[in-house]
Order: sequence, then C-alpha cells, then structure tokens
Amino acid sequence: MIWNEEFETLPREALEALQFRRLKSLLETVYARVPFYKAKFDECGIRPEDLKTLSDLNKFPFTYKQDLRDNYPFGMFAVPQEQVVRIHASSGTTGKPTVVGYTRRDIDTWSELMARTLSAAGIGKGDILQNAYGYGLFTGGLGAHYGAEKIGASVIPISGGNSKRQLMLMKDFGTTAISCTPSYALSLFEVAEEEGYDIKSMPIKVGVFGAEPWTNEMRNEIEAKWGIDAVDIYGLSEIIGPGVGFECVEAKNGMHVSEDHFIVETIDPDTGEVLPFGEPGELVFTTITKEAIPLIRYRTRDIAVINRQPCKCGRTFVRMSKVMGRSDDMLIIRGVNVFPSQIEAVLVDKKGVLPHYLLEVDRVENLDTLEVKVEVEGSFFSDEIKELQRLTREIEKDIKDMIGVTCKVRLVEPKSIARSEGKAQRVIDKRKL
Amino acid sequence: MKITQISVFIENESGRLHEVTGLLGDNNINIRALSLADTSDFGILRLIVNEPDKAYRLLRENEFTVGRTEVLAVEVPDNPGGLAGVLGTLSKSSINVEYMYALVERSTDCAVMIFRFDDTSRAVDVLTASGYKLKKGEQIYEI
Repeated sequence: MIWNEEFETLPREALEALQFRRLKSLLETVYARVPFYKAKFDECGIRPEDLKTLSDLNKFPFTYKQDLRDNYPFGMFAVPQEQVVRIHASSGTTGKPTVVGYTRRDIDTWSELMARTLSAAGIGKGDILQNAYGYGLFTGGLGAHYGAEKIGASVIPISGGNSKRQLMLMKDFGTTAISCTPSYALSLFEVAEEEGYDIKSMPIKVGVFGAEPWTNEMRNEIEAKWGIDAVDIYGLSEIIGPGVGFECVEAKNGMHVSEDHFIVETIDPDTGEVLPFGEPGELVFTTITKEAIPLIRYRTRDIAVINRQPCKCGRTFVRMSKVMGRSDDMLIIRGVNVFPSQIEAVLVDKKGVLPHYLLEVDRVENLDTLEVKVEVEGSFFSDEIKELQRLTREIEKDIKDMIGVTCKVRLVEPKSIARSEGKAQRVIDKRKL
Repeated sequence: MKITQISVFIENESGRLHEVTGLLGDNNINIRALSLADTSDFGILRLIVNEPDKAYRLLRENEFTVGRTEVLAVEVPDNPGGLAGVLGTLSKSSINVEYMYALVERSTDCAVMIFRFDDTSRAVDVLTASGYKLKKGEQIYEI
C-alpha cells in the first residue's frame, strides 16, 4: 500500500524540482534565523543564492553531531521556542544529550513519514499495531505511535519490555502487526516458546523492525519463526526519528527515503567528497521541510549504499541499503548508542584501574552483551578478592549510570590490553551482522 | 612478628601461574607457602617466599601486578581443637580473619598457619597475650 500516491510516486524530474524549491527556501531560512549557519556559511564564503542547481548543495558545509552538542540545548533551533511543541533527546557522549525539537508541522511531517512507513509494510485501518518501541525521550515509540494513529490502525502503546505481558496482549487483542527492535523480536519468540504461546497461530502478519543494525539472515530467522513479513526501517532523531527510510513489503530490498522531505547524499567520510549513487559511503541528509531544527548536510556516520533503480512497488524514491557500518566508533548496543569515550570517562577518574580498556560486544541468545576489560592498577592492588570485586561492581554501576546499558567488567593485568600506535583498538564486535 | 606476604593478580588464563612460579624459581626464590584465591574472572596468588623484597621487585620489573601485605605466622597446636582455640581467642577480641592458609613445614608438635587479619597489630597483642607463638620473619623465610 502506498500512503501518499502523489508524492511517493512523483516522477524524478518533478521530485528534483520540488527538492530544489524546498532546499532554496530552507537555506534562506537558516541563514537568516540560525546564527550557527550564518557564521558557518560566511566562513565558507557561500550564500543561499549560490544554490543555482540541486547539485550546488555539495558546496555547502556539513553539519555534525558535535554542532548540536556545542549549541546545547536549543541553539540550533530555527524557530522561537514557543513554536516548539515537542522535544526529544538521545544519549550523548559527555552526559549531555543531543536535543531535537519539533513544531506542530514537524510532528505532522513525522506522522506522515511513519504513515508511509507502516503503509509500505501493509499495515492500515483495521490493523492492531503493538508498538514495542520505547516511549519517552527516545523517538522510536512516539514516532511509530503517531504514524499508526494517522493511518487509522489501533495502536497499543505497550512500549518495550515485559515480554510475558506483550505475549498475553498479542494473543488476547489479536495483534496483527508489531514494531520493535529485531533482536527483541527474537527474544520475544523465545519467551513465547517457554510460556507456551504459538505465535504462528496468532493473527500477526507483519513486523516493522529497526533502531539497530541487523542482517537479512536475521530477517529470514524472524520470518520463519514468527510466520510474518519482517521489514526494515531507518531513522535517527537528529533527522526526525524513525521514518527517514522504510522498506516496502513487496520488495524487501532497501529502504525508500522520502525524498520530498530529505535530500540524501553518500560521501567519502575521509575527504567529504560526494560519491556516485551505488558506491558505499557515509549517509548525509538535508532536511528540506523541517522547521524547528533543520539540518544542512548532516553527517550520520552511517555507511550504506544508495540505489536509484526503480522499485517494483512503484515508488520513485531512492532506496538505501542496510547500514553496513559506521565511520566513527559508535556502537549500538540493545538499541542504545554507545561511544567508547563514555566508558573512558568513567574509568579515567577511577582509583584502582588504568584507563586502558577493551569493549567486547557480542550477541548471546539474540541479546547484545557488553564486556568491558579494564587493567588493574598496581599501586592500588589489594590482596583481598572482595576489594577487587567491590571495584568491579562499582565500575559496572558507573558505566550503567553513564550509558544506560548493563555491562560486565572484567579486570585484567596491566599492559595485557594491546597498545597500538595512533588510534587504539578499543572495540571488538563479535556480533555477526 | 609480622611477616611479608607477596600477592600477585592473575587473570584466569592458562600458563599464567606457571610464569610467576617459573620467574621466581629462575631467580632462586623459594616459595615457603602459597594460597590461590580465585573468582571466575581472576585470581590472587599469595606467597610467602624466602626473599620477599627481591621477589616483589622482580615481579614488578616483569610487569606483574604485585602487592605486599603484612600477615602473621601462628603456631597452632597440632591436635584436635587446636585451630578452634586460636580462632576462639581472636573471636573474643573481635578480630576478623580475612583469610588463612597452612604452611607446609611443621615445627615441633605445632602446625604453622598464615593469617591475614583486619587488624594485624592488635592480633599480635591478643595472640601473644594468650600464649600463642608467632614465627618471626627470618624463621619462616629460612625454613
């Protein structure tokens, strides 16, 4: 199903004309209203009127996550705060979150994008959508919720966790669609087996999965175990939240980017050079309709490939591949963004250990695990086991407080973690993605 | 009265214990007593050796995580209830035993136990006042 036939199947030429108009107006707006952009454009010697064609976008400077942090909390807003009707935030590296705001029109846009997303998954009026994305500051829960209401589905705002209750409601309410992280879908299946629920015999037919990287093998596994279609979605709170890219259930081959709202580029993360579509590169988005916090050429750090081939579903939007990696060291653990520098910040002040550490990420029984290896410090070494165990627990608690993810700390001998010239190897990701 | 114990942090990794003991052996350091405390992730090897200062230096130079702790070597009557008597004396004075282990050597009709207390100095006073004999460092190192 196509939610918005007019825009989603717009011929390329008309689409690009629309993008150009919207982009031009956006550049004028941010230059006039956001001091950050004015300063940056002036510094690069470029002005909004230098945009003569769509491809001139690559003359404009990038925007980085750090810019959002530097302008914390509301410095990047392009509208007065009284026009902002919603504020979301994602975890930050220094304890301060990345803040995003929405005007009423932004919320409408976001709902439209999620309406497209859910429709493309075959969900519509009459469906019962169990929304198991987390509600709160995280954009996942509310984003999917508004889209579901827009298409007229009955949405169950159950949020994440409490698997037994999820399964009970799924059975009793006759849930026909679920939205959650793919790893939670697999974990839920295991609980269903233990509790004696037969998901395959339930009315559920489709799952909308995202917020963490996953593979086609995982898709096959979920589809086989649940007896449903599993589609992938892409989004990040800085751009708008979930709904930036979505798969159609017909093709299940790449996520359509709503190009009437976003311009997507792929670039070489080292040189910043724009790459031709089809080559893997870092995804860069420009939000051409957003009001509260428009972003010009935002560097996502996600590496993917853009496919311009027409899709059998009839949409004319380009498709992005699954995210193949990151151009920075961010990890996504159980759906939470984690930077090694956050762990380092905990260890650096800790007596008894050295700030030499190694993060080992794995996936055990479909749930991500994080083990932090830390070197003990000779001068604080105790001959008592309980002292070392107390230290271990204290670090585990501090890391949990910092990043919101439970980890296991393992003390190791000094100098046992390999030192390397230049950039240290801080992460071993054993997850097969 | 107090004797020096060397403790070494050891990851649960095959061959690590061999490396420590091998290093000491190659440098003519004799181990008098030892105990290994372990958790699922790591262990602590506690050693009484003939040359504690040299052993400490040597292990440090070889980048082991080493600590030094004062412990007591107590003569415990080698008969039923012998150890219970010692522990009863300590218990009455509210001195806690953090851990203890036996020394292989026997001297006369007593066994020698190594004790780590929460308050070593007070343990010395309590034990000597109750007539227990504490081994001096040199007696232990030179067994």
